[in-house]
Amino acid sequence: MAVVQDVHGHHDHHPSGIMRWVMTTNHKDIGTMYLWFSFAMFMVGGFLAMGIRAELFMPGIQILEPQLFNSFTTLHGLIMVFGAIMPAFVGLANWQVPLMVGAPDMAFARMNNWSFWLLPVAGLLLISSFFVPGGAAAGGWTFYPPLSAQGGLGVDMMIFAIHILGASSIMGSINIITTILNMRAPGMTLMKMPLFVWTWLITAYLLVLVMPVLAGCVTMLLTDRHFGTTFFNAAGGGDPVLFQHIFWFFGHPEVYIMILPAFGIVSEIIPTFSRKPLFGYSSMVYATASIAILSCVVWAHHMFTVGMPAVGQLFFMYATMLIAVPTGVKVFNWTATMWRGSMTFETPMLFSIGFVFLFVIGGFSGVVCAIVPIDIQVQDTYYVIAHFHYVLVSGALFSIFGAVYYWLPKWTGHMYDTKLANLHFWLSMIFFNVAFFVQHFLGLAGMPRRIPDYSLQFADFNMISSIGAFGFGLTQLLFLYVVIKCIRGGEKAADKPWEGATTLEWTLPSPAPYHSFETPPVIK
Amino acid sequence: MSSKSVMALLGSAILAFYSSMAFSSKYFHPEPQSVIAQETYDQHITALWICLAIFIVVFGAMFYSILKHRKSVGHKAANFHHSTVVEIIWTAIPLLILIAMAFPATRTVVAMKDTSQPDITIKATGYQWMWGYDYLQGEGEGISFFSKLSTPVAQLEGKETKGENYLLEVDNNVVVPVGKKIRVITTANDVLHAWWVPAFGVKQDAIPGFIRDLWFTANKPGIFRGQCVELCGKDHGYMPIVVEVMEADKYAQWVAEKKKASAAVMNTAAVGN
Repeated sequence: MAVVQDVHGHHDHHPSGIMRWVMTTNHKDIGTMYLWFSFAMFMVGGFLAMGIRAELFMPGIQILEPQLFNSFTTLHGLIMVFGAIMPAFVGLANWQVPLMVGAPDMAFARMNNWSFWLLPVAGLLLISSFFVPGGAAAGGWTFYPPLSAQGGLGVDMMIFAIHILGASSIMGSINIITTILNMRAPGMTLMKMPLFVWTWLITAYLLVLVMPVLAGCVTMLLTDRHFGTTFFNAAGGGDPVLFQHIFWFFGHPEVYIMILPAFGIVSEIIPTFSRKPLFGYSSMVYATASIAILSCVVWAHHMFTVGMPAVGQLFFMYATMLIAVPTGVKVFNWTATMWRGSMTFETPMLFSIGFVFLFVIGGFSGVVCAIVPIDIQVQDTYYVIAHFHYVLVSGALFSIFGAVYYWLPKWTGHMYDTKLANLHFWLSMIFFNVAFFVQHFLGLAGMPRRIPDYSLQFADFNMISSIGAFGFGLTQLLFLYVVIKCIRGGEKAADKPWEGATTLEWTLPSPAPYHSFETPPVIK
Repeated sequence: MSSKSVMALLGSAILAFYSSMAFSSKYFHPEPQSVIAQETYDQHITALWICLAIFIVVFGAMFYSILKHRKSVGHKAANFHHSTVVEIIWTAIPLLILIAMAFPATRTVVAMKDTSQPDITIKATGYQWMWGYDYLQGEGEGISFFSKLSTPVAQLEGKETKGENYLLEVDNNVVVPVGKKIRVITTANDVLHAWWVPAFGVKQDAIPGFIRDLWFTANKPGIFRGQCVELCGKDHGYMPIVVEVMEADKYAQWVAEKKKASAAVMNTAAVGN
């Protein structure tokens, strides 16, 4: 007995208190920290969004002066993209990839610690830039020069934060790729991997490809600002449009970096609650790979109004429209998975169906935006704001909520309050649409994005949108409450709380032990 | 009825309500005033119908399945998991639909780019935060002025009632004759700006150090409003574009007045010297 105790104690040995988290190399601890960091940033970004919507509640300048308003929109974008959505997916990968491929931990455990602890530094840099002379960066989250050459110290802090975030992402991706390629349980061939693992493998390759491009881009901006270079300044032989090409060569794959893991999550959840295998597994894998490859050759569709030659516009239009094909395949496959299943509608399933439903609306407006003449009309208007919030909020964010509700019993060992969780879904669903659906029409009617004040014809729909946004923001506090309540206690969760689940993590006890799969399971 | 379905119904009712409200009101494209704007409008309507059809087919199937293939009504799960034929079909059909959508768009793109042989050429220069206009060629050549927001600050601060064209009015309108091909050359003095008049279906970034161009031919007289649509700093929201389209004779009159005014300015300057 003593021996058993000893072995057990050895297994769970780790520093307690704060040092457990600072020193940890455990993929579960690091995953948890990623997720909490992401939630904290989600609250900060959400606070900025509430500021934006409060200012836009009615015409006139009420709360935010124009310059501060621009800082709010800029930092809202940067914090949500780099601070909330991306770390949340990395956190999910940290928790789930080793569990789903039957590995004991991530391949580079110490680097894992380092890639997490870079994030709070970058987050602090971004937030504290509000308090330096000149204020935070105000050139939009895309920080196009020459405007971004005009800002003060806040812009430099933003550039440095992006460097740090990029380094963190690259390390995280290399870690994920190495884990997936080298540490799968015996018998788990690539084409037997769960879809979540597949989509993350492809995402990680995309990250390794484009993050250095972003780093180069911000470095050129930095040297233009301080060291006399003129990469983006026509007066010295440079070109402001060059920046946009480099930025979007990163920026468009980045869009898919934020949605491919979401596809993976939904491809896990829908079969589980349909009690039926995923329809078209291999076509899902090929579709994901095609989307990733195509995403690298469509960047200039963000730039249809810079004045490209017709041939350039046509190439990027055709390539962009082509992405609708593999994306469509995915939606059809999810529908076919549900078809003739035996469905139940627990919270993760609700979020997944909500995801498919609203993501398709975002996909439709994406195809509309791909058509050059229409895009020229809607570019830089609220139509585009509506489009990318449909794919990033009801797309990426809904899938993250779904994933948390799916795996929370495995992480905590408790079932959450399903009534409240379902309420969280329905309130999110309704308020999201109230906030963003109207924005399509604001854009079509001619309201530009990034303006602190607008003409009177836009007043009523802006008010509706603001009300929806406030509701959506408040609803997320309910999510926090549900999660905390679940961590602190609740009905004991079974090892496999979902009847139709098939992946490896459900063979472990709930909560998952601190160290798992020290002896790899064998896949037949 | 369960609370869930009530909420789902409520949600779809709200969506339907918005959409119908928007389509029948000011919340859609402004009425197209040029050939390009009309083609753009038509392509958008076609795209919306196609989206609606796909939406009904896909979600019709999905919601039928959600209703019928649920465990609570005792439906047993089937076990199929792929079908090559079906997968080829639903790869091929979207491809064909996309080709059909790309075809008219391609023609419009080529037409939009044809800025050759304009009747009048105007240079629009973006400044932080106003527009400068120079009539470079055609009737009115030599006219040059700045165009600034004319909404009083008191309206911005809420000390006065906001006027009908709040934030969409300027001191000097860009004036063009009806039915003539107008080429607008865009550039900027400091940062990026973008020149947009929705009714004409034109939008072009103005890039410091570079020249870009666009063209439009207005179908009928009137006043058409747009805004700068590329973030250009603090007062980005305060640099509207107002284009006034006039009949040929009125335009000639406007040109004559502008010329007289600038001649007067020149004379005063000469006398002063």
